[in-house]
Amino acid sequence: MKLREIFTNGIFKENPIFKLVIGMCPTIAVTTAAINGIGMGLATTFVLICSNLVISLLKDFIPSKIRIPSYIVIIATFVTIVGMVMEAYLPDLYDSLGIFIPLIVVNCIILARAETFASKNPPIPSIVDGLGIGLGFTLSLTILGSIRELLGAGTLFNMQVMPNSYEPALIMILPAGAFITLGLLTGLINKFTTKMD
Amino acid sequence: MNQLIVSSSPHINSDETIAKIMRDVVIALIPAGIAAIYFFGSRALLIIVVSVISAVLTEWFMQKLYKKPITLDDWSAVVTGILIAYNMPPTVPLWLPIVGSVIAIAIIKQSFGGLGQNFMNPALGARAILLACWPVRMTTWVAPGPDAISTATPLELLNGNMQEGFPTIWDAFIGNIGGCIGETSAFALILGAIYLLYRDVINWRIPVSYLGTVALFTWIFGKDGFFTGNGIYNLFIGGLMLGAFYMATDYATSPVTPKGQLIMGFGCGIITSIIRLYGGYPDGVTYAILIMNIVTPLIDRYTIPSIYGEVERNV
Repeated sequence: MKLREIFTNGIFKENPIFKLVIGMCPTIAVTTAAINGIGMGLATTFVLICSNLVISLLKDFIPSKIRIPSYIVIIATFVTIVGMVMEAYLPDLYDSLGIFIPLIVVNCIILARAETFASKNPPIPSIVDGLGIGLGFTLSLTILGSIRELLGAGTLFNMQVMPNSYEPALIMILPAGAFITLGLLTGLINKFTTKMD
Repeated sequence: MNQLIVSSSPHINSDETIAKIMRDVVIALIPAGIAAIYFFGSRALLIIVVSVISAVLTEWFMQKLYKKPITLDDWSAVVTGILIAYNMPPTVPLWLPIVGSVIAIAIIKQSFGGLGQNFMNPALGARAILLACWPVRMTTWVAPGPDAISTATPLELLNGNMQEGFPTIWDAFIGNIGGCIGETSAFALILGAIYLLYRDVINWRIPVSYLGTVALFTWIFGKDGFFTGNGIYNLFIGGLMLGAFYMATDYATSPVTPKGQLIMGFGCGIITSIIRLYGGYPDGVTYAILIMNIVTPLIDRYTIPSIYGEVERNV
């Protein structure tokens, strides 16, 4: 596969949210606002790129029987870095994402890429794959977060967008709103992408 | 007819159609509408009309969008529209029934495949979503009469440990109490229900087991100890009558087996009573029916009647 194909694969064909439907826990939990979606997505992207690179470099040294614990240790290292940097420089975002930053360790998107891609491919494609999947994840979370924030709070990136007479639909920032939005968006996106194939 | 017709099954035909059944439901709902207009004024009529029109338009639009046959003449969208309006306080702004109808038809009904495919009652699902979205709008009650004095419903009074100020059981029966547009008059709802039972549109199992369970449960677990509750009074307040006769009996979302229908009514009754007596919400009819809607496939699965001639396998 060409590098460009690997990159766009993560955003469109194997979009983790709308196509593979994995990593649902952070997706449902943090997308109450657009900014949370971007923050969560970029943090995950960073971890994905780094862990893909390291796992790809070490793939010949890790015995296959203990590969999962090894991957977890590598991923946890980068998650700790992200968590500490975010707490130091973006304390507000860190507070609003809360427990879901440390939980990136067990995010199934990252483990899935380590298992299915990084452990079988050289370092450069692994980095590109991490970037593609990560940006696909970020994009999806941002779209979800924008819709929910717009309807549930009347704002977008914390700026008032809806007219003052708009009464926010509270369900959109509750988990039920996440499920409804996710279901409708997945259906809509799959309708248009299956047409193109 | 002296013609021999050779055909495959089914051989028994009925002249019942969806349109006929739905028309009967609409007719049965008319008395409650008249009572609502009598008690809450023309505002109630306006909300009903807006809700029905938006439900029908949404149905038409979604069926066009999905390129399905347009089935507006089966009257099911009208029934959903009426039920949505009946589940709203008479104080709501007019955009609320419109949003409710769109949610009910577009998301809960058509997105799951249309009539007969919906996994929960569209009108009730929409009510639950509206209640979560705009809790204040959906719970601003007024007393019947021209002055629109804000009031609490009898259930809210019960929940608030009030000792007096309750409407009499006669007022609750007739409908002279605060509440949603279509739920206050138990008398009008029973009148319509008798018509539905007479026309064989619904059978007695779900409503009777539902109402019976609520009456029994609220009587046993009264506020002042066992067997002190007023079970009969509980039947006439809140959305119980509307729910038991018109929404729990929805064909698509209730069990088809006789035993299953009894379980459905019993389950609705238990959940309604628990929410009324111990829950945070004043009334539990909406959530009780929705929860039982969701377990309906399981109930049906476990109450399959044995086929004629079937014997239990030797152990």
